[in-house]
Amino acid sequence: MALDAKMDGKLDFKVVGTRVNRPDGIDKVTGRARFGADMTAPGMLVGKVLRSPHAHAKIKSIDTSAAEALEGVLAVVTRADFPEVELDEGTWDVLDNCMAGEKALYDGHAVAAVAAASESVAKKALKLIKVDYEPLPHVIAVDDAMKADAPALHDGRQVENVPEGMGANVVARYEFGHGDIEAGLGKADKVLERTYKTEATHQGYIEPHACLAQVGSDGQADLWCCTQGQYMVRDTCAAIMGLSQSRLKVTASEIGGGFGGKTTVFIEPVALALSKKSGRPVKMVMSRSEVLRATGPTASSSIDIRLGMTEDGQITAGFAELRYQGGAYPGSPVEFGSMSAFAPYDLENVKTVGWDVVANRPKQAAYRAPGAPMAAFAVESAIDELAKGLGLDPLEVRLKNAAREGTKAAYGVTYPAIGLEATLRTAKDHPHWTAPLGENQGRGVACGFWFNFGGNTCVTLNVTPDGTVNVIEGNPDIGGSRASMSMMAAEELGVPYERVRTVIADTASLGLNDVTDGSRVTFAVGLATIEAARAAKREMCKRAAMVWGIDEEAVVWEDGAARPSGPNAGKHDPMTLADIAAIASNTGGPIAGHSEINAEGAGVSFATHMVDTEVDPESGAVKILRYTVFQDAGKAVHPDYVEGQFQGGAVQGIGWALNEAYIYGEDGVLQNPGFLDYRVPVASDLPMIDTVILEIPNPGHPYGVRGVGETSIVPPLAAIANSVSAAAGVRMTSLPMSPPKVLKAIQTG
Amino acid sequence: MVQVRIWGSLASATDDQTEVEIEAGTLRELLDGLAEKYPGLKPQLDRGVSVAIDGKVYNDSWFTPIRPDSEVVLLARLRGG
Repeated sequence: MALDAKMDGKLDFKVVGTRVNRPDGIDKVTGRARFGADMTAPGMLVGKVLRSPHAHAKIKSIDTSAAEALEGVLAVVTRADFPEVELDEGTWDVLDNCMAGEKALYDGHAVAAVAAASESVAKKALKLIKVDYEPLPHVIAVDDAMKADAPALHDGRQVENVPEGMGANVVARYEFGHGDIEAGLGKADKVLERTYKTEATHQGYIEPHACLAQVGSDGQADLWCCTQGQYMVRDTCAAIMGLSQSRLKVTASEIGGGFGGKTTVFIEPVALALSKKSGRPVKMVMSRSEVLRATGPTASSSIDIRLGMTEDGQITAGFAELRYQGGAYPGSPVEFGSMSAFAPYDLENVKTVGWDVVANRPKQAAYRAPGAPMAAFAVESAIDELAKGLGLDPLEVRLKNAAREGTKAAYGVTYPAIGLEATLRTAKDHPHWTAPLGENQGRGVACGFWFNFGGNTCVTLNVTPDGTVNVIEGNPDIGGSRASMSMMAAEELGVPYERVRTVIADTASLGLNDVTDGSRVTFAVGLATIEAARAAKREMCKRAAMVWGIDEEAVVWEDGAARPSGPNAGKHDPMTLADIAAIASNTGGPIAGHSEINAEGAGVSFATHMVDTEVDPESGAVKILRYTVFQDAGKAVHPDYVEGQFQGGAVQGIGWALNEAYIYGEDGVLQNPGFLDYRVPVASDLPMIDTVILEIPNPGHPYGVRGVGETSIVPPLAAIANSVSAAAGVRMTSLPMSPPKVLKAIQTG
Repeated sequence: MVQVRIWGSLASATDDQTEVEIEAGTLRELLDGLAEKYPGLKPQLDRGVSVAIDGKVYNDSWFTPIRPDSEVVLLARLRGG
């Protein structure tokens, strides 16, 4: 058959680009949606974790006998209860983070767990576990952790390119760039050197981690959990537990936010170990305190910038040295900070050096565009300060230096068509840019970049006998993927959106799907959905050809129906999807389309943010007055969700910029493990976040789709810092810009 | 031969070159060729890399074709949130 090739690059969408009702809306507003903690099973036990009160301590011994003797306790596990299996370094770190081995590496590190008949018994049992600790010196701040005499967390974890003489906590080094920095700085009329600091922040998802594990005596295991990737959970837990992947079925619940923080496991292997030992289903639900103490925030950072600029705003050289601590294990996202720091700009001389550092804090996890927001904070703040110091318009300076098609990015790649310049020009022409400001008010702008990628993806599309459609995908719906997949399937098949329902499969029902991260799902799962729909269309054209007694090459699919095409096809009434579905049993059996791909071709994404703030000179408090996001989304499949991603990124950035921080005492214990003291923005803190969607098609996707979920958190830190600096009349170089910090800056100038 | 751009901190494994030449027609041949010609790169290749070929990022697709005039850039293995 001849497929409708016009679909590639089509602009006349019927469903894509509309604002259809979201399929999970009623479930979520009525409480019918089942999240991680909503799962139950007959005979279920409650699992609880005992956590280290020390920031760094040797675990000399653990006595669980009293806990095990308590009535109602059916299992107690420590690291000794996990099988001795060969693991790669990364998975070993995950296991050691889920259950400490020889040392507790941070306040809140799991050291033992119990499964009991009730929560109260489980809590009582935790108090009966005797852990003999030998406290060790600890280190919290990244610059302290890098020192040669800092307390060492590990031995032998430095990779091969860390220079000799660096402290043991410096575990990796990255360097990117091209040109000659010193020569470039020599051409500048003004050179700025600054150090910028950001604190670790948590993704702040509303739903704490929760799971229910059931390990049978036959070795088959089931796990229900709240995650961004059930296949990631399966593969990681199977490795840790010594199970084959096919013996462990993982089902993802609805998810109350993830933002990268649910791309790894914390309690899932523990629940499996407890279930295996007790022979009963075990449910575990983290408290908010546990979420903050023991799951993954992002890295804290300390960044040096050297930037040169001519009097007319040409950046002659940019250098950044980035130091990120990613908690107790290697793997901070400093390489992505180093790659993305100068990515929005066309620079002849650019270099970044990144250091991955470990410290006595929880193992970092991904957080939207991992590593990029702090790098953008430093670079975009420096550009702003230099531009203003030279009497230049900071937006014009960005336009003058903006990366375009053909620019060789600092991380080495030559850009195809990109949308940065469009976001800057749209921002410049927007009424926000010229709106008047009052006393103690300031306006800031900043740009941001993220890579986006694709990955392993499977989709099955089933045509039901009544002529409706089920799409089965394997990525939890975090940002509206069920709606987006249904829309793309409907578009491709030419049927109404309401006739398509998308569901999320467990790990036994589809092949491997990579975790929901990297802004990959709308792009990659969308690509697979379109291909699955095209496979189903081919089959339906074949069935129509059989009915009509003509060659299948003489049938095309147009407007939701198979139609004869060509001089020898003859005259036949079109057969709709419903017509063909109704006789599928008579023409060869059920109709389905499949797609199993490793999706490539995701396009990079850029954004420009603009924000007005007002600073109270007496208290240092900052109020966000107005905020506008300009971002290239490629084709916006469902504009409501795209706007939601833009707004959500901006709001999380506002929290990161103004209030959020992990606060540690001298003893290395986290002082603010709760939402009263770890302050995320609430609705009353915020104006409406305005959004401008730019649709510059991604040539790597048939509908022009590119990822949108991460770029929106990259510019806010810098945009707000630039705005607050303008409002306060003093340059802010350290986050969060909390009232005491802003007040002190105002008072000391 | 394909020109491959590598990031700066790997240059200690490539005689201080940030651009190297490898005989390769596919991504698999490229990665194998890099490991064979520059054994010092192997630890990083084992930890994982992404490769940008003419501006598109690839992670694992061994048989992705590479033309002699393709722009090939070795990247740290991309992850996201």
